[in-house]
Amino acid sequence: MSKIESNVEFVRKEDAPVLPPPINQVGLIGWLWRNGISSMINFSTITGSIQSVLMILLTVVVLYLGLNGIWTLVDFAFIQAIWSDADELKRLACATTLQGGSLPEEWFGACWPFIAAKSKLLIYGVYDIDEIWRVNLTYLILLVGIGWVVIEKMPYRFHVGIFLLVIYPIVAFVLLTGGNLEIANSTLIIMILVSLLISVFCFLIYRGFLGEGFLAAYTVFNAIRYLSIYITMVTIIFTSDFGLVTVETDKWGGLLVTLVVAITGIVASLPLGILLALGRRSSMPVIRLLCVLFIEFWRGVPLITVLFMASFMLPLFLPEGTDFNKLLRALIGVTLFSAAYMAEVIRGGLQAIPKGQFEAASGLGLSYYQTSRLIILPQALVLVIPGIVNTFIGLFKDTTLVLIISLFDLLGMIQSSFADPNWSTPVQSLTGYLAVATIFWVILFSMSRYSMFMEKKLRYEH
Amino acid sequence: MEKEMIRTDASPKGKNGDHVIEIVSMNKWFGSFHVLRDINLSVREGERIVVCGPSGSGKSTLIRCINRLEQHQDGIIRVDGIELTEDLKKIDRIRSEVGMVFQHFNLFPHLTILENCTLAQIWVRKTPKKEAEALAMQFLEKVKIPEQASKYPGQLSGGQQQRVAIARSLCMQPKIMLFDEPTSALDPEMIKEVLDTMIELAQEGMTMIVVSHEMGFARQVADRVIFMDDGQIVEQNEPESFFNDPKSDRTKLFLSQILGH
Repeated sequence: MSKIESNVEFVRKEDAPVLPPPINQVGLIGWLWRNGISSMINFSTITGSIQSVLMILLTVVVLYLGLNGIWTLVDFAFIQAIWSDADELKRLACATTLQGGSLPEEWFGACWPFIAAKSKLLIYGVYDIDEIWRVNLTYLILLVGIGWVVIEKMPYRFHVGIFLLVIYPIVAFVLLTGGNLEIANSTLIIMILVSLLISVFCFLIYRGFLGEGFLAAYTVFNAIRYLSIYITMVTIIFTSDFGLVTVETDKWGGLLVTLVVAITGIVASLPLGILLALGRRSSMPVIRLLCVLFIEFWRGVPLITVLFMASFMLPLFLPEGTDFNKLLRALIGVTLFSAAYMAEVIRGGLQAIPKGQFEAASGLGLSYYQTSRLIILPQALVLVIPGIVNTFIGLFKDTTLVLIISLFDLLGMIQSSFADPNWSTPVQSLTGYLAVATIFWVILFSMSRYSMFMEKKLRYEH
Repeated sequence: MEKEMIRTDASPKGKNGDHVIEIVSMNKWFGSFHVLRDINLSVREGERIVVCGPSGSGKSTLIRCINRLEQHQDGIIRVDGIELTEDLKKIDRIRSEVGMVFQHFNLFPHLTILENCTLAQIWVRKTPKKEAEALAMQFLEKVKIPEQASKYPGQLSGGQQQRVAIARSLCMQPKIMLFDEPTSALDPEMIKEVLDTMIELAQEGMTMIVVSHEMGFARQVADRVIFMDDGQIVEQNEPESFFNDPKSDRTKLFLSQILGH
């Protein structure tokens, strides 16, 4: 420095040495330093000292509260907990001397045999015992499928993903309900005729018989054609007899209901949300208005109201004698409800895409659908992964609300099992809630971590 | 010397080719603001036109009207004999024949350089992927960045990105190229590489309309320089006369401002 000040001319003769970093910059010490210690040892000024003392006190208090909480939990769930009930004592296995059991008076721990005894109820509800293999098979396919898609090294991940989205729902439906739906033959024939008609219509458009205007929208009509064929085929499969005993949805419960509601909601709400978000930004006023109305309606009512309406009001409006499955009604309610939220999340992503992207795409001659599908959505969806997963997680937790229309999901099942006098102890409900909370946490935390991983993986250099 | 060579060599059609763009008494408004006023312009095949003028003079809007990124409300625009109307089919046809290069490149950041170049070929031209990639590599070589083909736009410098954007447009084998201030978002040392690419393109006889303040480029390449102010074409001339002997006071003022420093 002084050289430069005394003399304008300066020429470096040799490179300045490259030095190792100060000790408080790297390693464990560096980490501790950056994350706390540095704010606790500044005693050079009065304000600094006060700050440091406060920081030390705060750290001690927070550490104490945190560790205390963790200790209480560990003590309850592991150390004091009763793990087995070999003698089939049921409630007495988890009771203190005063309550008629043999445990010391100050004992306070989880009663895991209770959960083990109720595990069937928690996982399958009151599904027919002989048919439980069907639920297991459904769970197994799902687990293997998701695992396959999630693990990057697996081959054919894309195909497995398509299988999960397109074919698995049909398999799951047939396995879980038994298929063999009763639908009038006339309805089936009408469905087949409609898809045939749409196909003929598409063919005419493709050949250009209906003019350029229709030809421009061929992609849309073609999509409708495939959808109608898919729906018709699915209906035919659903009405076929696979020799499986019908299990009414009233008998479903626990994790089965939770997963059915959550996964259907998640899988159906994303595409619906994308369509709504695109519609809300459409240049066609009617479509825009419809989408805005839909979104604002569903966002304006609480989910509980939606479920109540679906369960108790809807039958009043439907023609007499129409029996509309309760679970199905809840599914539709939950799906439409989360689709509205999903639409707004995705719209946020669409708005973040610079106008130049649309211009470049249309400048190259790409159509609106091509631009949306190839340019805009891939970017927008990656941007809003945190928001999408947030909605998924919210949806998953909201499934517990189906309790109020007397569908028994995990939480509902455990609550109803509290009524079992064989297991009634003071720790019964705590153990039950702890178990359910753990199951939810494990599923949701993995979703959250996976989304963070995806976010990192899909982030391209800007 | 150089510019003489270019003109005689590369633009045989420049003086007497067919009109590929015709704009007749075209008017455009943004809301109630009259942004383009009574524009009349015809461009011959192989002609190179540089449009300059102060900011807000409507230069960008003018060339964006040519491929219908903006709609005009009055008058006629005819591109390659097709009149620009509401008809979406015609617009798509014109857009695939008119390449556009933007100030901010507007590459697709989620696609690799090669994918950026093949996307429109595959989806608009329905070219098989292999052929599309071969053509894309050919044009990437032309803009001298074939080795970056598998990278993402964010990994490239501004100049390289703009050259990719040019290659992306060329892959559609357009008849006309529009450049909307292609160098104004670039660092000074990168301007040259982009201009060189454009000069090369001009030498091959591409019809070009370039909105730019690169007066050196205009002198060297343009057949005609157009000066716009307040939404109107104020003056147009051959570069030599335009720069050395501007007729209107507004042109003189503008030239003194941009050439003065």
